[in-house]
Amino acid sequence: MSQATTHAPHNPHLEPGEGEAGTVREHHDHHELGFLRKWIFSVDHKVIGLQFLFSGLVFLALGGMMAMAIRYQLAWPWRPMPGLAWMFPATGGAISPEFYTMLFTMHGTIMIFFVMIPLLTGAFGNFLIPLMIGAPDMAFPKLNMFGYWTMIPAFFFILLGFFVEGGHAAGGWTSYPPLSTIEAAAPGSLTGQTCWLMGLTWVGVSSMMGAVNYVTTIVKMRAPGLTMMRLPLTIWSLMITSLLQLFALPVLTAASIMQLLDRTMNTGFFTPTNLVVNNITPDSFLYGSEGAAAGGQPLLWQHLFWFYSHPAVYILVLPAMGFTSDILAVHARKPIFGYKPMVYSMSAIAGLGFIVWGHHMFTSGMNPALGMTFMVSTVMIALPSAIKVFNWLGTLWGGRIHLRTPMLFACAFVSMFIIGGLSGIWMAATPVDIYIHDTYIVVAHFHYVVFAGSLFAIFAAIYHWFPKMFGRLMNETVGKIHFVGSFVFTNMTFYMMHQLGVAGLMRRTADPYAYDVYQHLQPINEFITISAFCMFAWQIFFVVNFFHSMFWGKRVGRNPWNAASLEWDAPSPPGHGNFDKQLEVYRGAYEFSSPEVAEDFIPQTRKV
Amino acid sequence: MRYLFALMLLLVPILGVWTFVEADRWQLWFPQNVSSFGGEIDGLFNLIMYMVAFTFIVTEVALAWFVFKYSANRPGKGVFTHGSHKLEMIWTAIPAVALLFIAFAQMETWAKVKFESNFPKDGKYTKEKPIAELWASQFDWRVRYPGDDGTLGTVDDLERSYEFVVPVNTDVVFHLRSRDVIHSFFVPEFRLKQDALPGHTIPVWFRAEKEGIYDLVCAELCGWGHYKMSGRMTVLSQADYDKRMADIKAEWFSNGKEQGQ
Ligand code: HEM
Ligand SMILES: [Cu+2]
Ligand SMILES: [Cu+2]
Repeated sequence: MSQATTHAPHNPHLEPGEGEAGTVREHHDHHELGFLRKWIFSVDHKVIGLQFLFSGLVFLALGGMMAMAIRYQLAWPWRPMPGLAWMFPATGGAISPEFYTMLFTMHGTIMIFFVMIPLLTGAFGNFLIPLMIGAPDMAFPKLNMFGYWTMIPAFFFILLGFFVEGGHAAGGWTSYPPLSTIEAAAPGSLTGQTCWLMGLTWVGVSSMMGAVNYVTTIVKMRAPGLTMMRLPLTIWSLMITSLLQLFALPVLTAASIMQLLDRTMNTGFFTPTNLVVNNITPDSFLYGSEGAAAGGQPLLWQHLFWFYSHPAVYILVLPAMGFTSDILAVHARKPIFGYKPMVYSMSAIAGLGFIVWGHHMFTSGMNPALGMTFMVSTVMIALPSAIKVFNWLGTLWGGRIHLRTPMLFACAFVSMFIIGGLSGIWMAATPVDIYIHDTYIVVAHFHYVVFAGSLFAIFAAIYHWFPKMFGRLMNETVGKIHFVGSFVFTNMTFYMMHQLGVAGLMRRTADPYAYDVYQHLQPINEFITISAFCMFAWQIFFVVNFFHSMFWGKRVGRNPWNAASLEWDAPSPPGHGNFDKQLEVYRGAYEFSSPEVAEDFIPQTRKV
Repeated sequence: MRYLFALMLLLVPILGVWTFVEADRWQLWFPQNVSSFGGEIDGLFNLIMYMVAFTFIVTEVALAWFVFKYSANRPGKGVFTHGSHKLEMIWTAIPAVALLFIAFAQMETWAKVKFESNFPKDGKYTKEKPIAELWASQFDWRVRYPGDDGTLGTVDDLERSYEFVVPVNTDVVFHLRSRDVIHSFFVPEFRLKQDALPGHTIPVWFRAEKEGIYDLVCAELCGWGHYKMSGRMTVLSQADYDKRMADIKAEWFSNGKEQGQ
């Protein structure tokens, strides 16, 4: 597929935008590509970005529906779900315990591996990197295309799992063996878990291709004059994220393959000696002589899994931090406060992120002396996070803040990330974690960082870069309505989970009220469930706004926000090859409110 | 508009702190503590809570205030600054010290609860001579007492499911084991949690300081029946404990024997 023949997805006949007089891209020798070449087998980074965006949003809806079912069960255990009897004929619409374990397992898996990572790195990484560094495309456009193609088997396996005997994986998104490896241990461990492992492995392959591409592109293809220290923080965050992927993913892939072998060839890497599950002696023992040992280690999986998955939680937040930094600066008309400390603290988060994985295993039976060292490193990782928060506040200070929708979501990210970061300190404290590990405080913590944090940053990014993607603005009023409801209901949903955790309520139980100690918590859970339903329903404002604006939104020129970074020098949407002029970069991306010029910003390409 | 949004951001610290203040009244706070080290754990939780609350209020109020104050309606341009080295040093150094303080404050209690070298050595029960073995399996708890000879794995061992009986005000050490998958021993009132790891025997100690019956909760996902894997922790006075053990023994040898124990 030759690049010269591919073309801009839209015909960018632009009207001048709010901010500047847009030059309309010249289109000679314009011949249309077929739908397939343009949208399915595309090597254009922008189209691939949109592919990741759309599939991520579809999975977001799926994962969200599963969350609603989980919440229903927690508020009203075992009560049939109205109108869903056709789906669960055996129970008349009620959730069975087996189904509940599968629900939260797949909710977590889908949200992390099929929504957040693909949206942050796949969608925005692809769309933004070449545009923000002034490159015509990725360094390896074909590899980029394969990066999306390898998501297809991932989608296939992760969806297939729902239809196999025993249902989908049900060992938690963490899939601790032996629960996940021994067929007799859980229905989801029959075949579902194999689908889960295959799905994850393919996501890994995709992320790996993406990461190689991103790093190479950022290192090699920056526009003339764009030094590393002039890069927008979004690009830094995506670069650091890619390095995390490159170093951490091989470990997860190896671990998944070991688990796959345990499941299919009875290798017993994670299976200890002398198990009796469900009165059945697992196969691995039957191959040896009498009393044979599998000799495996369940904790080995936890170490390998968290060696990847702790860095992965930063993969889930670093790009969000990058987007937030850019959006705050643009809409507050202020340079980033402490650009270098921002870069260093992101690097510190990434570096420290490799030596904190043990904080997920304080009570696992791991050597408690090791727990002590993991506590110190974990507590210290809160430091760069704090520095970033202070610098965001510094960025807002003294600004001229335009409270447009992307800005609102970005401010909400800061507000919510503070909550999630601070609750991390409790859990990092080993003695306190003895009590709160595996309780709802952990659930509150990661939903504040990932949902209220990163997902809000994704919303911010969608509202902010939508004009670049489609050449049209999303509707402001509807956007604000979307923001207000999302913010309020999200907090109503997740905040009280802290208190539930302090009360000792554990996560992952289908019916907490089976225990006397938790019976009085039902009303709070009901309140949370209703809030969650409202939050879910509220997203209709986003869906309608998104699709309506895609076709009928207000057209804009190149730079509707008067931003300074390079992507706003390209037409909206950019054609193939992105830029219609030679770029030369003279400064960093955050020259807002500079006294040097009359306007309140200096584009990176402008020589003063 | 900025009034609304600044107010929303301001409500985060206000309602956030308020729910924590009220939580106790709504019974959304720690259950009673009955173990010797639980008080320390609650104390450490509170210590962190006060430091966290301070940071939370300061940053969230600053955020709301900036959004309110530095609105685009103000005339002129924003302040043109790229940062301040001095401020960076301050807000790196102070949190660093605070965080290290938090970390060091934890170590003693952690070592006391989990380090085997700190386990009770002089009492009746030790790591080598535990009060019982607690076996977790899908989805129940079984306690195996060593019987009169005080040694596990001999013919006079007593087995009992669901209920784990221990004497009050005594340092208790038991062995935690799993037959199948990973489970977790959790008694909220003891502030004690420890995973049961198949293939391993993990010694655990505690000292219950109040008689009563407490829920023994499985805190690690162990399969579809995880939610109902409950047990009971019964703490009795020494006299009652001895009596109960005699009952358990009688019961075990009357109907347990012919099951081929
Ligand atoms: C301020 C820095 C942070 C600290 C000190 C911290 C600390 C911790 C600790 C100690 C745990 C384990 C809790 C337990 O299981 O008992 C944990 C869990 C978790 N954290 Fe963080 N965290 C921080 C930031 C983040 C961020 C930024 C994210 C993601 C964007 C994140 C995502 C998670 C997730 C997903 C879990 C739960 C994993 C599970 O068990 O399912 N954390 N965190
Ligand atoms: Cu972690
Ligand atoms: Cu369990």
